[in-house]
Amino acid sequence: MLFRGPKRLRSPTNIRPMIDRDQVLHVARLARLRLAEDEIDRMSRELSGVLGHIEKISELDLDGVRPTSHVVELENVLRPDEPRPSLPKERVLAYAPDPAAGGFRAPTPGR
Amino acid sequence: MSREVIALSASEAVARLRGGDLAAAELFEAYADRIAALDDQLGAFLWKSEHVPGPGGGVPLAGVPIAIKDLFCTEGVPTTAASRVLEDYAPPYTATAVRKLFDAGASMLGKTNMDEFAMGSSNENSAYGPVRNPWDRERVPGGSSGGSAAAVAGGLAPWAIGTDTGGSIRQPAALCGIVGLKPTYGAVSRYGMVAFASSLDQCGPLTRTVTDAALLLGHLAGPDPCDSTSLGLPDDVTLPARTDLAGLRFGVPRELGPEAEGIERGVADTFNRTLEVIAELGGAIEEVTLPHAPHGISAYYVIAPAEASANLARYDGVRYGLRAEGNGSGTLLDLYERTRAEGFGPEVKRRIMLGTFALSAGFYEAYYGRAQRVRTKIADDFDAAFGRCDFVVTPTSPTVAFKLGERTGDPLSMYMSDYCTVPMSLAGIPAVSIPAGLARPADGGGPEAGLPVGFQIAGPAFSESRLLDAAYAIEQRIAFDTTRAFLG
Amino acid sequence: MAEFEPVIGLEIHVQLQTRTKMFCGCELSFGEEPNTRTCPICLGHPGTLPTLNARAVHFGLMIALALECEVAPRSLFHRKNYFYPDLPKGYQISQYDVPLALTGMLAVPGGPTVRIHRAHLEEDAAKLIHLGESGRIHGAGASVVDFNRGGTPLVEIVTEPDLRSAADAKDFLQLLRTTLKQIGVSDVNMEEGSLRCDANVSVREAGEQGYRTKTELKNMNSFRFLERGIEAEIARQIEIWSSGGTVVQETLHFDPVTGSLTPLRSKEEVHDYRYFPEPDLVPLAPTAEMLEAARSALPELPAARLARYERDFGLPTDAAAVLVGWEQLGRFFEESLATGNGIDAATLARWTTGELVARLREQGVEDPRESKLSPRSLAELVLMVQGRSLSQSAAKEVLAELTRSGGDPASVVEARGLKPIADSGELEGLVERAIDQNPAAVEQIRNGKLQAAGAIVGTVMKETKGRADGSEVNRLIRRKLGID
Ligand SMILES: [Mg+2]
Ligand SMILES: [Zn+2]
Repeated sequence: MLFRGPKRLRSPTNIRPMIDRDQVLHVARLARLRLAEDEIDRMSRELSGVLGHIEKISELDLDGVRPTSHVVELENVLRPDEPRPSLPKERVLAYAPDPAAGGFRAPTPGR
Repeated sequence: MSREVIALSASEAVARLRGGDLAAAELFEAYADRIAALDDQLGAFLWKSEHVPGPGGGVPLAGVPIAIKDLFCTEGVPTTAASRVLEDYAPPYTATAVRKLFDAGASMLGKTNMDEFAMGSSNENSAYGPVRNPWDRERVPGGSSGGSAAAVAGGLAPWAIGTDTGGSIRQPAALCGIVGLKPTYGAVSRYGMVAFASSLDQCGPLTRTVTDAALLLGHLAGPDPCDSTSLGLPDDVTLPARTDLAGLRFGVPRELGPEAEGIERGVADTFNRTLEVIAELGGAIEEVTLPHAPHGISAYYVIAPAEASANLARYDGVRYGLRAEGNGSGTLLDLYERTRAEGFGPEVKRRIMLGTFALSAGFYEAYYGRAQRVRTKIADDFDAAFGRCDFVVTPTSPTVAFKLGERTGDPLSMYMSDYCTVPMSLAGIPAVSIPAGLARPADGGGPEAGLPVGFQIAGPAFSESRLLDAAYAIEQRIAFDTTRAFLG
Repeated sequence: MAEFEPVIGLEIHVQLQTRTKMFCGCELSFGEEPNTRTCPICLGHPGTLPTLNARAVHFGLMIALALECEVAPRSLFHRKNYFYPDLPKGYQISQYDVPLALTGMLAVPGGPTVRIHRAHLEEDAAKLIHLGESGRIHGAGASVVDFNRGGTPLVEIVTEPDLRSAADAKDFLQLLRTTLKQIGVSDVNMEEGSLRCDANVSVREAGEQGYRTKTELKNMNSFRFLERGIEAEIARQIEIWSSGGTVVQETLHFDPVTGSLTPLRSKEEVHDYRYFPEPDLVPLAPTAEMLEAARSALPELPAARLARYERDFGLPTDAAAVLVGWEQLGRFFEESLATGNGIDAATLARWTTGELVARLREQGVEDPRESKLSPRSLAELVLMVQGRSLSQSAAKEVLAELTRSGGDPASVVEARGLKPIADSGELEGLVERAIDQNPAAVEQIRNGKLQAAGAIVGTVMKETKGRADGSEVNRLIRRKLGID
């Protein structure tokens, strides 16, 4: 008897895009990724292939199944409110690609 | 002399070092020299230590060197996650797991190559070039801990640590013919491990022997106040000693077993032979079912990218790491978008896109919500299986090592490599891959003798000691030579 | 024209006065040099993980209980994803669909009862300092990020839209502020941003069911601005609806200089926060011990204290409100009340909130205990006034002396010769002389203008340096002039 195995996971080649060009651009904006022109269509194709496979979980009956976001059954892990040394400012700013005025410079948002 | 020293397993080396008939510096230099001379052939290391440690006889690991996946933060030492975005980054602190090894007397040989941000199954997604499989340089070592696996298999490190999110320790261990253990989620602290998918990531050993895996796990595991999800292990890890499997039941899941479509013939044959070995050792083989395991890949490729999309949002060119140069339009948006476009490779971008999409308004329930429920079902399936058997066994990887470039054009076919390893990750349970034999790939290429095949044994949460005990018995009977692919 | 009713809900962010940040061990910052209170965790360095501050949880529970909320048996943390330079991880750790606390209420005595929709824990963003277009520092339109504030523990409190006027909103926020201050979880300074309030405002016709489009008002960093901002927005919306227009949903920024509201351009993006459960933190399930610890840490709440003052002591609302709003003063009042056998609470309250407050302000003292006055002395002084053994004006002088130099009231009265003129013969003589000195007043009194007696009383008081009992003097004047 054969079970559906990994071989079936090859990307289908001619399915309707699950995620079209506009959606790719929208998601890329949300993720702050600039895509080159050729990347946009490729992304649409590749993501559609993967999503086409993922889509199969929509056939499962998952009514009443609780979602798992943690596999550890821990609760109330708390840290005592006791100070620990901060890093020296010089050390912190040594990482800054563009340090200025004692801080990390970036273009002002919203412009 | 040098070759003899290199052939020692890590635990043998520890014994020799502690016995005083081997000096830590000598062992370290033997490996450092080999890395310097031979790593060009593999590309396993991204950073090599020049510091030869002083004598370290008194502490448990006695100065035995170790290779560290470049996903672990090491204070003042480059930590790139194999990404351009962290090219010149040397963190201000050291990961707990690494700190514990240092405290136990281990010394760092170097930082190993990997798939960028641990995203990949072939190590071809490194921004600093692929790693080659010591068994066949035209083939991949697996991923994402490919550098760690290749270094150990190629005799460039006695052992290594890696990380496993959906198979990233077990699959490269299988493809390189060594032992790889993914511990129970929470056994080892994640603090200082550059995050890929936080609810799945787990640190573990890549070693030449099961005994080494147990020894290393013992030093890695433990609760960490810096990681709220860390528990450690309920008991000390005991070194394995079992020579038979009497009274143990091994469940073969129909869905992930040798007959599942897409499992390579040679892999299936090796798997079946290993079942015979288990029977010879007195273990019972039972068929079990994991009905939702075939949906593991779907759930995994929603959950992991979703978490990754948030974990990688911090690489924005403001506080550290790469920042896109040049003027652009000078806006914040422009800075973000160009920095991230330049800093991330194609696979990382693909997963960020996938994860962002799966979490975005209108799609969350259909993708992320359902994937989390599938995750529950998969864990329930394992619970049911462990009601009938002690361990679940599967091939680690559907195939032996494949050729460089073979799957880079088709993400889904690459994701297939994780088919047998992802369900355990989703359930958070421990699983070890041990080398079970050699087999010719379906493409007919590779060395005459064949390429390594991994045998995966999974147990219930926190069953590491029992799991490794069973693995040890099988390992002793199979007697796979893990030094066979040593370079030079 | 139709009668419009405002509908207002508030979203309040409270910085908790813990020692360390929400998710790391960095101490909270109070105006230190930029980026001196940071670590790999609150800078979002790779590999770092958050750990939840126990005291922040404790304070969160105290707030939940003070607002009579239901504490969630098991609340979750979520990641709220968006890009901004003040957000080091690219997401804020907050709570989303299962917050710490739900459905509470806070009733303003004599004012609105406001239902609390939810209260949750989260981390504060860092501070962006705009360098300006033409600053001396190179780079037009650049900002600099200071991560000292980043990660400060916050509780966000969201009310139901139960407020019906800007004044009510102000009264509510004032009581909330007093409550948060007195339970000791925050220093609630609006100017410095440790208490921040946004308002959701809409209007509807009286009797109308449901709500119309609301707008969100930000940056009202004082009570006055809150009131003014909401008033301006109500007027603007009424104007729009009345002239046949439609209010559009937007976020408005209040400019305290001009008092005007300007739409904020959205953060370069339609909001899609992509919330999902924070995998690095485990659920928060407050135990019975945690809840008990929070409950027992709560003092009597201001609203309850105000009700008690009115009910048990018969204090007028305004005096009670002063005593409740000024915590140390209220405590001093109660201590004083406890020592004074037979003292009239309303008289004591009047002296406490009147003369004593004036003296404390003069001395710049926040806690009456820091003055030289003891609660017992205050009680003794008020009892003397009550028993007519000291005149009002003499008592004021004594109180000033007591707050300045201490001592007991009897000795001060003695030393200053402020004992009232008890000898009625002596007082009669003084009154007769004063009547002689004020013929004009006498004339007016005889013509029915009784208040003209004040001039004669004044003369007596001047003569006696305030030691005469005013009502006794009045009685004598009337008798002498035969107008009883
Ligand atoms: Mg908030
Ligand atoms: Zn910090």
